[in-house]
Amino acid sequence: MSDEIRTEQKVTLVTLVANRPGVLNRIASLFRRRNFNIDSLTVGRTHRQHVSRMTIVVDARLANVNIIAANLRKLVNVIEVRVVSDEPHVSRDLALIKVRTDDPESRNMVTEICERYPGRIVDMGVKVAIVEVTAHEAQVEAMIEEFRPIGIVEMVRTGVVAMGRGVRIQDTQYEPPIMRAGTRDNGVQQTIL
Amino acid sequence: MMLTGSEILMECLLREGVDVMFGYPGGAILPTYDAMTKYPQIHHVLVRHEQGASHMADGYARATGKVGVAIATSGPGATNLVTGMATAMMDSSPIVCITGQVPRAAIGSDAFQETDVTGVSLPVTKHNFLVMDLDELAWTVREAFHIARSGRPGPVLVDIPKDIQTASTEFVYPEGEIVLPGYQPRTTANEDELDAAARLINEAQRPIILAGHGILMSGAMDELLHLVERSGVPVALTLLGKGALPENHPLSLGMMGMHGTATSNHSIQQADLLIALGMRFDDRVTGNLATYSQHSRKIHVDIDPSEINKNVPVDVGIAGDLRTVITQLLPRIEKQQRVDWMARIRDWQEDDDERDILHHDTGDRLLGAQVINDLWLHTGGDAITVTDVGQHQMLEAQYYPHQRPSTLITSGGLGTMGFGFPAAMGAKFGLPDEEVWAIVGDGGFQMTMCELATAVQEKTNVNIAILNNAFLGMVRQWQEFFYEERYHATPMFNPDFCLFADAYGVPNMRVTKREQVEESVAFARSVQGPVLIEYVIEKEDIVYPMVPAGADLHAMIRRPKPGERENA
Repeated sequence: MSDEIRTEQKVTLVTLVANRPGVLNRIASLFRRRNFNIDSLTVGRTHRQHVSRMTIVVDARLANVNIIAANLRKLVNVIEVRVVSDEPHVSRDLALIKVRTDDPESRNMVTEICERYPGRIVDMGVKVAIVEVTAHEAQVEAMIEEFRPIGIVEMVRTGVVAMGRGVRIQDTQYEPPIMRAGTRDNGVQQTIL
Repeated sequence: MMLTGSEILMECLLREGVDVMFGYPGGAILPTYDAMTKYPQIHHVLVRHEQGASHMADGYARATGKVGVAIATSGPGATNLVTGMATAMMDSSPIVCITGQVPRAAIGSDAFQETDVTGVSLPVTKHNFLVMDLDELAWTVREAFHIARSGRPGPVLVDIPKDIQTASTEFVYPEGEIVLPGYQPRTTANEDELDAAARLINEAQRPIILAGHGILMSGAMDELLHLVERSGVPVALTLLGKGALPENHPLSLGMMGMHGTATSNHSIQQADLLIALGMRFDDRVTGNLATYSQHSRKIHVDIDPSEINKNVPVDVGIAGDLRTVITQLLPRIEKQQRVDWMARIRDWQEDDDERDILHHDTGDRLLGAQVINDLWLHTGGDAITVTDVGQHQMLEAQYYPHQRPSTLITSGGLGTMGFGFPAAMGAKFGLPDEEVWAIVGDGGFQMTMCELATAVQEKTNVNIAILNNAFLGMVRQWQEFFYEERYHATPMFNPDFCLFADAYGVPNMRVTKREQVEESVAFARSVQGPVLIEYVIEKEDIVYPMVPAGADLHAMIRRPKPGERENA
């Protein structure tokens, strides 16, 4: 019943939320208020109109993951929470890395690194190139370390997104009750007083 | 039927069973105040400060178990509700706060009296809504009440822009079940959990039940009594759990924690099993977590799964409704007497008795403990007492035993000074046939005493007992113990509370001697409407026992026995 000691440091939670205004604020506020540390948080739409999906990575050495999950589940707009890193899953991080290529040597090195990693040059200029990499977080980080001595001038990462493998399906039929109940043609007049 | 947003709101409140709401009008909520004139079934109580409205709604909710409603305008009206929402949040009290908002088109423009109150109240509400579509209003109000009263109850805020209140639409009340897919509180335990819990209880030699507010909220008093009498396990109560088990029951050990009975605290520290029912191991009941009940196994039952393993790791954690879970558990529990364990407990209780101030000769001094004890005696121990926060609150908990559930209303989690008097008024609105006493200190009363005008206007029959020691007594006590008696910012200049009552035309009495307490109760009972009694008590009294903040639970500062040196 009590929580097992987790040895891995990064834990990935996937959360389905009702796509309501302020829902990201509610999640962020919860983490701040409870002093939970977020490693990364990504949010995006799903194939369901009213459902968004968040992938949250936390450092399990700093907080009890089950308590974090239980607190997320308490939020009314949170539909489901799953700790996907406890199961076989795929996780990906995307980075755009602008790196110095103002001499032939650096240009060759960048090309060579991109061959060894799942990265590609998406923009090649005289002075700099942009490399795009989509891979497991650890691989992205290893690639960044190789670029560092060449000269990274700008970088952006999306944070991790994750999904359980095979038939571990995390989905919901959620529709806001208001949609089912109300008529949409409401005749509201904008009166400003 | 074409109705305005304000009328739709009132229709929804009626259908939620609302009979009274506490509030204060203002620009952004005026359309709703106007609509109220068409709904005389819902009585509106005009407060003098919106904080009072939030505490009245809270007091009403705690007294009745129904959802309390507070209503205010945008901006300052809304922000003044925040303390009340935070208080209700910490103590799981179901209230719905309705606020006006500037018209939708003005939101975000720093309009007059605009505050982002859904943002401000986010961490102190269970959930909140900003209604941006008139069609969503009725559903939103239904959801707000559902969320406030179900699962672990709490405050919900509904912010309604002025143009939504004035717009009209064809109104059809949305019937049908409320389905919030992410919000389905678990109520029952599974067989494995029940077996594991029952095995621990049946095998334990020195078990103790820690009964909290959850027992009252789920209405599990009878179930707890059955469990206690069958298992023979003694019960310590949290502050908000008072009334979960009648305190004259032989297995009731009284309150636990910082100012709990030494018996409760020793029993917890010596126990081999803690059975925590609807409590949350607040730091005021555990003391130092590292040394808290080190030799015990632990069972924790709570409606809120996020409470389990939060502060204290447990062996069996059950997320569920207490009434359901205890009912499920009962057939598995063996009948036991626990003679040896109870003998040890009786020894501690004898020591507690010896140190009790009521058994000491205190001369002419009038002590807070004596006032509370005599109030208990002369009200037959059956009044609803609503306290503020501080020494008088802890004395109430120690010297006013409660036999019935929900007869003590107090701000436990947030410790909100100023709560007592307005909450007492709210309780009286909810239960007009009960005798309601606001027991307050001179400090806390002055935070919300403007509501005396409300009580007079409403002819609220509430008895106000001010325990006046001309100090912020509990802070002074900390300064005496931990800050070398540097009484900075704790001595109080006070108004003449009786003259203050006179100014409102409120009957009043000043008590300076213990013999007058009985008379003061008779006097209070003879008055219809509010009455104010000032008890002028010993200025530098101390609430014993005391576990210093962060200290081990067994490391209590005790009142010396007669003949021992003070603060030995």
